[in-house]
Amino acid sequence: MFSVILSTASRYLLPLLLIFSFFLLLRGHNEPGGGFVGGLVAAAAYALYFIANGVDEAEKLLKAEPIRLISVGLFLAVISTIPSILIGKNFMTGVWLDTNFPLIGKIGTPLVFDVGVYLLVLGIALKIIFSLAEEDR
Amino acid sequence: MSFIELATNISVITIGLSILIIFFRLLVGPSIEDRIVALDLLSANAIAFIAVYAIQNKTTTFLDVGVILAILAFLGTVAFAFYLERGTRR
Repeated sequence: MFSVILSTASRYLLPLLLIFSFFLLLRGHNEPGGGFVGGLVAAAAYALYFIANGVDEAEKLLKAEPIRLISVGLFLAVISTIPSILIGKNFMTGVWLDTNFPLIGKIGTPLVFDVGVYLLVLGIALKIIFSLAEEDR
Repeated sequence: MSFIELATNISVITIGLSILIIFFRLLVGPSIEDRIVALDLLSANAIAFIAVYAIQNKTTTFLDVGVILAILAFLGTVAFAFYLERGTRR
């Protein structure tokens, strides 16, 4: 199945949805949102692209194996626990830099953890979607 | 009771009734296409309900839920159409 309308629409919807997922990720610490739902929205964006253009195009667009996204996400989540030990506080205590960055806000270990969750959820959802798509090809 | 409260109360009742009617179509619907359209309409009603709820409680955080629900409902309908078309071709 190939639809010109859906294919063109998905090409414009993909960056919009990715921006929205990134917005959810960055807002997540103090307001509703966070890594999990951001990852799900990003996975929905790629799933839309896959339905419109086929699984090969979507995998080419992603540029990385989903399993690699999963491992990088887990690694980031583990890395984010280390500064709390180095500083001498309890394990997994949030450590924040004092400076405020424009657009992002304060940077700290919870942000690193959230980015890890984002990549992990994106990788797992894409892995499931792509394996189901390749199953009946 | 101000006008906006009256309007939101009436909207809640109307949307609830329409969800019931759509649910009837979802249960009865003779063909699978009827059910898919009913599901799509159900999520559209859910988005409307979220919008009314956000107006009633004077918060904006729930509107993001509506945006995500709209994305997922569209994706679900497209995916249903995708697999339906593949199924009939075989």
